Amino acid sequence: MIRKNTGRRVLTAYSLVALAYLMLPIAVVVLFSFNDPAGRFNYTWQGFTLDHWTNPFGVPGLRDAIVVSLEIAALASLVATVLGTLIAMALVRYRFRARGATNLLIFLPMTTPEVVLGASLLTLFLNLGVSTGFWTIFIAHVMFDISFVVVTVKARIVGFDRHLEEAAMDLGATPFTTFRKVTLPLIAPGIVAGTLIAFALSVDDFVITNFNAGATVTFPLYVWGAARVGVPPEVNVIGTTIFAVALAAMLLNVLRQKGAAR
Amino acid sequence: MGFLHRHRGFVPYLLLGPGLGFLALFFVVPTYYLANTSLQEGSAEVGYVFTWAWDNYGDAIATYDEHLIRSLLYAGVATVVALAVSYPLAYWIAFHGGRWKSVLLLIVIAPFFVTYLIRTLAWQSILADDSVVVEVLRAIGVLGDGERLLATSTAVVAGITYNFLPFMALPLYASLEQIDGRLIEAAEDLYASRFQAFLRVTLPLSLPGVFAGTLLTFIPAAGDFVNAELLGTPREAMIGNVIQSKFLVITDYGQAAALSFVLMAAILVLVALYSRTLGTERLTG
Repeated sequence: MIRKNTGRRVLTAYSLVALAYLMLPIAVVVLFSFNDPAGRFNYTWQGFTLDHWTNPFGVPGLRDAIVVSLEIAALASLVATVLGTLIAMALVRYRFRARGATNLLIFLPMTTPEVVLGASLLTLFLNLGVSTGFWTIFIAHVMFDISFVVVTVKARIVGFDRHLEEAAMDLGATPFTTFRKVTLPLIAPGIVAGTLIAFALSVDDFVITNFNAGATVTFPLYVWGAARVGVPPEVNVIGTTIFAVALAAMLLNVLRQKGAAR
Repeated sequence: MGFLHRHRGFVPYLLLGPGLGFLALFFVVPTYYLANTSLQEGSAEVGYVFTWAWDNYGDAIATYDEHLIRSLLYAGVATVVALAVSYPLAYWIAFHGGRWKSVLLLIVIAPFFVTYLIRTLAWQSILADDSVVVEVLRAIGVLGDGERLLATSTAVVAGITYNFLPFMALPLYASLEQIDGRLIEAAEDLYASRFQAFLRVTLPLSLPGVFAGTLLTFIPAAGDFVNAELLGTPREAMIGNVIQSKFLVITDYGQAAALSFVLMAAILVLVALYSRTLGTERLTG
């Protein structure tokens, strides 16, 4: 019995260290948003200040970059959600020939290195003489978002009881009313989850955006540019805010699922 | 709806059409253009012409073989370290997480909530020459006086490991979570030691998770250029750095496109070898 407990304790200790390791850089990001750096570089702790939190857009270009990121994320996640949800519904509810090919086409973008995705899209635009900018970033984001929406929404529709739809039809509902009143409310949580993931991926993406951005600057591209000359603590403020919002959204989702399970 | 009722077989294609059309246009067609570009000759000034320029491949491999090998090596080491860190953690959450499971999983994916570039920059501070981590390592003699962590291959591999670790931990957790605890009990009832039960029951049943996790970590890691750029020096440059700079800084499109295909081919070969060794056909039925 003693050996059994020792084994368990070692495992627990190891896991707690691993969790601490996962949290360490996050703590650093949050901490350095309160730093008062002496020079241009925000590497070493100099002193506590709230200045960057009270005026997060005090550095030039940062606000514009964030606005571009949010605009692209909103548009791309919306379009990807519509396209991805339709594919997910076809995959779960219908039998058709091109099923294997469809699954492959969904799977491949998720397993291709981002440099290759970004580079090949850039060659398309280069060869067709399309100048890169806001809309080419939008296209790139919809492209990599679709697969993640399909996977997320599909997971939700698989457990969906089709008898509920049949019951609605038996009670005289038209197919459209059935879809609006029965199908949509049941798969809505999956669609919302898909949209949130697409939005988050879009805001975070650097590599593919880097290839297809032209002169347009998103938030990650702003950080990339700043990394050479010294990243201002305001970037940590925005990073911390994004982290807090994403965490809150996840917690809300977990709580809602627990509420629904009861 | 009358038309759709008469042609029910048509409905799935209506649903698939827009999304797959988009992917065909902006994922499949670009692959053709990448292949086309990889056989083009020219320069930014005079333009590029398709000439079956196979030399692009030969020159690219001859010049950047070191970068390619380094990428695969870094990605391989990072994958192994990520597996070593994640497996016990995923095991612990799956079997001993209890009612804290969802909170613990949230911590595992928490790094993804911090912008990729910002969490990589955080490692710059953590590994910097006068950081706490480096001072501790010097004090206990792991690092010599003049030695540093930032701008070394260790830093690049550490950054890659951290950034892709959740891709490893999540599939591991998913496969461990599904294991029926009664199977392990049965093994122990039949006089297997706890270690034997792990080796003969738990580990084989978790192999699909190991397989998925290693691929989801290795593939993006092999193509990464952010960690090498922010945590390393040109001496640590990976193939992704070369592709990025050839496309966006020095506009050498032909070689850049060729290198992209070389990277994909290298990954495909390694993945094929790996799945044969692990015998996934047997695992996934």
